[in-house]
Amino acid sequence: MNGHSMLRETLRRLSRNPLAVAGAAVVLFFCVLALFPWLVSSHDPNRIDILKILEPPSGAHPLGTDDLGRDVLARMLHGARISLSVGFVAESIAIGIGLVIGLLAGYYGGKVDSLLMRFVDIMLCFPTFFLILAVIAFIGPSIWNIMFIIGVTGWMGVARLVRAETLSLKERDFVAAARAQGAGTARILFRHILPNTLAPILVAATLGVAGAILVESGLSFLGIGVQPPTPSWGNILTAGKDNIEFAWWLSLFPGLAIFLTVLGYNLLGEGIRDAVDPRLKGR
Amino acid sequence: MLRYVVRRVLVSVPLLIGISLITFGVINMAPGGPIGISSDLNPKATAEYRERLKAYYGLDQPLYVQYGRWLGRMAVLDFGDSFSADGRKVWDKIRERILVTLSINVLSMALIFLVAVPLGIYSAVRKGSVFDRVATVTVFTGFAIPTFWLALLLMILFGVRLGWLPISGLVSLEYDTLPLAGKILDRAAHLVLPVFLMAFGGLAGISRYMRSTMLEVIRQDYIAAARSKGLPERAVVFRHAVRNALLPVITILGLSVPGLLGGSVIFETIFAIPGMGQLFFQGVMSRDYPLIMGILTIGAFLTLLGNILADVGYALADPRIKTERAG
Repeated sequence: MNGHSMLRETLRRLSRNPLAVAGAAVVLFFCVLALFPWLVSSHDPNRIDILKILEPPSGAHPLGTDDLGRDVLARMLHGARISLSVGFVAESIAIGIGLVIGLLAGYYGGKVDSLLMRFVDIMLCFPTFFLILAVIAFIGPSIWNIMFIIGVTGWMGVARLVRAETLSLKERDFVAAARAQGAGTARILFRHILPNTLAPILVAATLGVAGAILVESGLSFLGIGVQPPTPSWGNILTAGKDNIEFAWWLSLFPGLAIFLTVLGYNLLGEGIRDAVDPRLKGR
Repeated sequence: MLRYVVRRVLVSVPLLIGISLITFGVINMAPGGPIGISSDLNPKATAEYRERLKAYYGLDQPLYVQYGRWLGRMAVLDFGDSFSADGRKVWDKIRERILVTLSINVLSMALIFLVAVPLGIYSAVRKGSVFDRVATVTVFTGFAIPTFWLALLLMILFGVRLGWLPISGLVSLEYDTLPLAGKILDRAAHLVLPVFLMAFGGLAGISRYMRSTMLEVIRQDYIAAARSKGLPERAVVFRHAVRNALLPVITILGLSVPGLLGGSVIFETIFAIPGMGQLFFQGVMSRDYPLIMGILTIGAFLTLLGNILADVGYALADPRIKTERAG
């Protein structure tokens, strides 16, 4: 079976799983909104209007206004950009680190492997949120710092997955064939082994993006997430919770956005896992 | 068996050293240093005063000396004095709060286990059914809702509107005047929301894992054998499949310790619970280095302990491991 028809087979199985399809639709929906916010709202997310403070949803402001009279819909759309970027960048960092460490450990084995895997074990011992909190409080809550630290504390699962795949792949005939043809280590790792580890990485990535978005909202709640006035779903929700008793729209929409996005990524990730798992074939 | 336990503990020693190195590295990433707060903002603080302050806290020594000193003291649970105004011993501060955090964590872990295991089993047995789908969405809902938001909504509903449950702290103001039964009820009532919320958030991990190991076990030959000898489906599932599928879940329980501990920062902040998470957050905000190092180390140590306990539990439950190590 070549790569093309395998992809088609996976997509076919994915499309028969209603939960995964729903998850994919939600993910796509928020991605489009984040990429093209002006399709939905032309308001400036940072324009303060003290005459329109805490207005409930109306024709002019479909999701209402916040405590500074800013348009909540516009802030949500631009917040989507920030929150999703945090998710994507943080997870890309995590995958980058996990990939390199997993490939090296799995391919070289022996001392390199046990050293790297002990490092993974050590990192896994830390309550991640404690580490993130400590580092953010020290180096400051800029958006780049947040992406960086979430990524740097979240690569261990990927490293283990990639290592396990590499361990079994490097013994396979096609790797031996490549080596016999004179391919160097780098070529074998990146051209022959890496593509075969993509499916589990994709699953880990979808779950990781969701996790990063949640972590940012938790940091925002503690006051050390993405800093206002830059909108993120986390800090809109945090601002909204102070007015929760008399301005429900301020916390409902960001809360729902985070919830739906994280749920969507999780359902999609689980769906991909089921679809690519060869052991579940024909079930 | 004892041999296995001893070996398992010995393997953890290098991990502990690695943990302490990373903790120490994190603390030293900080610009400004711990005396920044008390001297940078103070225009009267002279350079000489700063040096004296540094020397007082031992911060003028090279890093490896600071680390060596700290490691030596850590071995006897002496994490030094807190930088906060009260200047108390870090271990004393942690000790009076650790039980609160641990008991809430253990309670929610028990609740997770009680709910997630049957949920995972039924989802696997009826894979693709309506029950399976509803369970999937429900457990992921618990994971996906920002905890502080759900906590706030439940506090408003049960605490403010309905008035059924207290919304902050561990005990009520009139706690001391209550009779014993009242005291127990009072404590329990304060734990309902945090424990429920924490369990709801952690349900997905265990129940999904249970579901997938169960699916794996059901495909094994011995299950087919049990079926083909005419055993009723109930017996096949509960006597043969569940027993085997439960084993790996023990390990996952150990692995979920760091997640629960980390989550306690947010829970304890929302519900004003005087636990280790709240203490850690206070320490982070005031750059209380010894306190941060102490809690990071204790947190990692607890995780390590959780993993050892899980592995030993696994070995106790699975006869194959014991025979393997016996030789």
